[in-house]
Amino acid sequence: MFAEFGYGILFLAFLVTLYSLGAAIYGAQTKSTQWVESARRAMLLTFPLIAISAASLIYLIVNNHYEVSFVYEVTSKSMPTYLKVTAWWGGQAGSLVFWAFLLSGFTSAVTLRKWNRDIEFLPWVIVVCAITVAFFLSLVLFYETPFARYWQDASGKLLSDASGSPITSVFAPASGITPFLPADGRGLNPLLRHPGMVFHPPLLYLGFVSFVIPYAFAIAALITGRTDDRWIRLTRRWTLVAWLFLSFGLVLGGRWAYDVLGWGGYWGWDPVEIAAFMPWLTGTAFLHSVMIQEKRGLLKHWNMILIILTYSLVIFGTFLTRSGVLSSVHAFAESAIGPIFFTYIGFSFIASIALLIKRWPDLQAETEMKSMLSREALFLFNNLLFISILVVCFWGVMFPLISELFTGQKVTVGPPFYERATTPLFASLLFLMAVAPLSAWGHSTIQTLGRSTWKSAVAASLVGIALFFTYTQNIGAVIGFTLVAFVIFITLQEFWRGTRARQRAQRENWFVALARLTGRNRRRYGGYIIHISMAIMAIGILGIESFQSETQGTLAKDQALNIADYTVQYKELATWDDTGAGVNYTRAVVDVYKNGIYLGQLSPRIDYYFDSQQNMTIPGNRSTLRDDLYVLLVDWQPVSNMSATFKIYVNPLVNWLWIGALIFFFGIGIAAWPDKDPEAEPVRVTRSSKQTSAAD
Amino acid sequence: MKKFFFALICTFLLGAAFSQSAFAQDPTPPTDDEVNAIAKHIYCPVCENTPLDVCPTEACRNWREQIRSMLAEGKTEDEIMQYFVDQYGDRVLGAPPATGLNWLVYLIPPLVILLGAIILFRALKGWTQPKQAEAGSGAASGGLSNQDEYIQKFEEELKKRK
Amino acid sequence: MNETNETIKKRGVPVWIQIMIWAGLTGLLALVAFGLNRRQNPMAELNQPVPDFELVFYKDYEYNQTASLKLSDLRGKVVLINIWASWCKPCEQEAADLEKAWQGYQPANDVIFIGVDYVDTPAGAFQYLKKFDITFPNAPDLKSNISSILNRQMGVPETYLIDRAGVLRQIKIGPFTSQAEIQAFIAIAE
Repeated sequence: MFAEFGYGILFLAFLVTLYSLGAAIYGAQTKSTQWVESARRAMLLTFPLIAISAASLIYLIVNNHYEVSFVYEVTSKSMPTYLKVTAWWGGQAGSLVFWAFLLSGFTSAVTLRKWNRDIEFLPWVIVVCAITVAFFLSLVLFYETPFARYWQDASGKLLSDASGSPITSVFAPASGITPFLPADGRGLNPLLRHPGMVFHPPLLYLGFVSFVIPYAFAIAALITGRTDDRWIRLTRRWTLVAWLFLSFGLVLGGRWAYDVLGWGGYWGWDPVEIAAFMPWLTGTAFLHSVMIQEKRGLLKHWNMILIILTYSLVIFGTFLTRSGVLSSVHAFAESAIGPIFFTYIGFSFIASIALLIKRWPDLQAETEMKSMLSREALFLFNNLLFISILVVCFWGVMFPLISELFTGQKVTVGPPFYERATTPLFASLLFLMAVAPLSAWGHSTIQTLGRSTWKSAVAASLVGIALFFTYTQNIGAVIGFTLVAFVIFITLQEFWRGTRARQRAQRENWFVALARLTGRNRRRYGGYIIHISMAIMAIGILGIESFQSETQGTLAKDQALNIADYTVQYKELATWDDTGAGVNYTRAVVDVYKNGIYLGQLSPRIDYYFDSQQNMTIPGNRSTLRDDLYVLLVDWQPVSNMSATFKIYVNPLVNWLWIGALIFFFGIGIAAWPDKDPEAEPVRVTRSSKQTSAAD
Repeated sequence: MKKFFFALICTFLLGAAFSQSAFAQDPTPPTDDEVNAIAKHIYCPVCENTPLDVCPTEACRNWREQIRSMLAEGKTEDEIMQYFVDQYGDRVLGAPPATGLNWLVYLIPPLVILLGAIILFRALKGWTQPKQAEAGSGAASGGLSNQDEYIQKFEEELKKRK
Repeated sequence: MNETNETIKKRGVPVWIQIMIWAGLTGLLALVAFGLNRRQNPMAELNQPVPDFELVFYKDYEYNQTASLKLSDLRGKVVLINIWASWCKPCEQEAADLEKAWQGYQPANDVIFIGVDYVDTPAGAFQYLKKFDITFPNAPDLKSNISSILNRQMGVPETYLIDRAGVLRQIKIGPFTSQAEIQAFIAIAE
């Protein structure tokens, strides 16, 4: 019942989207406000429709309707209800519905804003969003439907095709055929049964989906030929929010990997991780370069290229993850959506590029670049670096395909490649991050730049020298920490100088001056806080990359392993079944000593999931600002319970990565906080302050 | 080339057959850390993009044992890596070996980046040169010290707010 | 220098750059299309001749005491290729049935069973072969060459039936459950 209902509603949503698409195009062509308004209302209708369909899917999941193949594949009776709900995006078909759901929600939000001055954008924004929504809906309707069911004939035999795999369809394939109800589902991949998984994918999807909005405005600007920076001002906040979600998703993914995957790291340069990282790179470049267009009227072409690239990478990344083109630990299982997805990618790439080429001559700079050391020039170097990292990532992801095509040999392009290629690029980014804020818009010289940076440079060098003689002789790490110190000093110096200037000019006390300085220039100082947070995250990354140490050993009870200053002594081990949850737990207890002083106990464990026959290795982790002691239970002797194998990592400084991430969200919160934007006010005199809400 | 590989494989297979007895007599079997040091650089041939040292599957456990027995026979790290490449292909290496077509993986990114840098510098030069002619126009003037610039900015802003 | 700047400003995208962009895009799409096609259609298709490959047998598991041979050397015989691995639990379900079926076919020397050991350690493989008293020829899948030709990339076990003309006739994904099922599987090519 609910399967047909959900499918039917989804189909209705698809038709409404198509209508909205047609009406918007017709309305734009004939300049008919009624048709555009009708398209807008149709678009608004898709959100509740998809939401209802999604609700019926959740109903099916929560109520164990295993005749629905999607429900069978991602849930089982032993899963708690909240996990069942998250299974919505745990499998291919459901997550596509989730995508469409988010996108139609965002599109509705954007169409709800007051359009007054920008009414010519509206139909084309609807067109771009409607095409994307319609595409995702067509995937779930015709290729990977989460409502497809198993069937049995009158004798109760499961219907299957020639190769033995069961036939699934939404409606009965013939008369006399009834739904086939398996006793229990296969259950969600245990790796995904983690609180991190509740948030990580939706945040990534939110980030992906919200980048569609600035792209839609960019395309609308290209189509309408309105080539000023209006589209950028309108979508500035969308871009920041998209970037926030994407960053949040990436960080949570890293944290989830650290907590669950049990390999002592947070980032493995896996193709799927990179697929999510690539739009982040172009998005970050975009965030910086739009500032140049706003301030100086330059780089119109480049911003168009960046936002088109970001959208394309979002779609392309989703495709790579889901079509099975790339093999990866995160990839969804093989599926039929490859060819249609491929067609859509071809269509969107070609359409965007053709449009951009057509409008190229109209996108002209309004002012001139003044100096190689001006802030806009340094922003361009920043863009060059981000794009360079993108090139490395993209090439690394695509190369195995090229190799397979020409030599028939599969190759792995893994962390050694990416680390070698991107480390100098990231280091240069740190350097630019330090220098760029001090150069003026328009014009800077070596002298002005030197005068403002030398104090911090000296201080940072002292930090580097001190580290070299006290902590490490690892030159790469010393350079890295010196750069980190440079960024932090210069940025703090900026805060200090701004505060001092304000203090003197306004006669405010120091704290008020700092707060008002930040509050009145949110984007600028929010951005600085983000810079500091990046430098702090870099401390964690440098720490774990340069100084991680590990050891492994099989211990009898009361034996101990030594690593760095730590001693880990194996105390006991217990194994028991939790039949309700369908899990067997094996939990070891170890005592931790540092330099002979008892610090406490850790309990690494292995969870074995019966339904999917999969192991999960959960580390015991003792986290301090100095380092993490990360203990894994690798193996144990099941019969005697006497000996167990432990793998122990010491991950220096890694906690700074997460601390930096928290500061990052604080900074982005400041930068994105809705306010009456003083910079936008001159062009918005006709609008009341309330109207800034939805789109910017 | 093919013959060479074939010969290699044969010797390795024979070696493996002999190894079982040799391993039993070895007085100090290689430690887990020695095994992991090598396994770290070898990627699991079945699970994608997972180094052997952290891969939890039964198959990977067998491969780690394989490394251990080869170490016990006195094989070097290079020999062990070569054995894995011959058995399972280049995909067990973390990055493609720099031979033949694989050179592309190392050449293309620097070339593209270099090209990007050249384009950027040329564009910047094209933009900055006309400036001499019409110096003085534009937004901020570089002559002021940063301090003054800030005060100026705040005063401007104050005026706006009032 | 001012003139060149002027001309750059007014111009659209130069034709040669346009050509390069479209060529690059076409190349990228072609590459992805290839990858997609490769993933969905393995090289050997049903009812088509199987591309040739070489088998290098495990010691004591050779075919006719030859250390290695090509698939094409077996033309004129029905060949059943079973892809397995010692770490594969479902493979163990069918191992004994395969061996029993092989005992029936071996004397006539008309139907040949060949086990192909997919990414495995020799030690594990020999242990597995001994455990199930396997006697039919077995070879490691060196560099995953054979499975990249045959395998549907869905894992092990998978079994392929090649007829006397070297044409792929049947595919079984997952383990056989009985000896009779294996015989019925082979009967199609006989």
